[in-house]
Amino acid sequence: MIIQKLVFYVFSALLIGSSTMVIVSKHSVRAAFFLIVAFCASAVLWMLLEAEFLALLLIFVYVGAVMTLFMFVVMMLNLDKEAVQEKFVRYLPFAVVVVALMVAVLIFAVKPGHLGDLGAAMSAHHGADYSNTKVLGMLLYTRYVYPFELAAVILLIAIVASIGLTHREKSNNKRQRIALQLEATKKDRLVVITDMGVNK
Amino acid sequence: MITLTDYLVVGAILFGLSLAGMVINRKNLIVLLMSIELMLLAVNMNFIAFSSFLQDSAGQIFVFFILAVAAAETALGLAILIILFRARQSINVTDLNALKG
Repeated sequence: MIIQKLVFYVFSALLIGSSTMVIVSKHSVRAAFFLIVAFCASAVLWMLLEAEFLALLLIFVYVGAVMTLFMFVVMMLNLDKEAVQEKFVRYLPFAVVVVALMVAVLIFAVKPGHLGDLGAAMSAHHGADYSNTKVLGMLLYTRYVYPFELAAVILLIAIVASIGLTHREKSNNKRQRIALQLEATKKDRLVVITDMGVNK
Repeated sequence: MITLTDYLVVGAILFGLSLAGMVINRKNLIVLLMSIELMLLAVNMNFIAFSSFLQDSAGQIFVFFILAVAAAETALGLAILIILFRARQSINVTDLNALKG
């Protein structure tokens, strides 16, 4: 129990510290690296809650794919001249006051006394034969199969839209134009030359 | 013993930090997108904590869908960022004032 507590506090501190660094660091690359640290730390916290599948999904999908995408974009855009953030302080007092108030209200709202029976409840503890992936799969492919397919459609739309947005047509590309090919008739292309002259 | 409150407090602090990141950041659109990611992470943290303490796996299914939608949103956001950078040579939030209200 004590080691769980230790893991919880160490990784919560790591999560909060690295997310602070994400919002205050001056360079986008550094912010992206701190975001990776934050994702890994929260994956550990999810492991502690016995949500193994989602913890691994967070590492594979977020650290593996989404953060790579961020890195690609950060390095593709030439942002050297943008590196300095001088206007940072302008909105700082306002932000600190509003956010501190909001977080205080949120923390007050989740006091153990306000959560009823859940305030003193234990998190789920399953035996060694419990498979989180199997349980989620059973739910996902039976009760939630329609939202699951909708999620697939959303991802497809994201693929199509992001390719469509960023794709640049080259001016001199030698692509086949099928509509033009189908429109072409014998009259357009064929020229018969006889000894009487050109005969179309 | 780690209670539900501990996880919810971590989620609340994370949410507040990412909101602060959105408010104070006027220079870099990429960091704004990263703040959105952090905010979704805070929401997911709450979902998983409740799912674990209520012994109900449906909350984890919801996190799965949030992750899918967040991935789609990030891909689209970064695509828009790239065409924005091509058009204006800048991703500075204060420069994006073409639509004056």
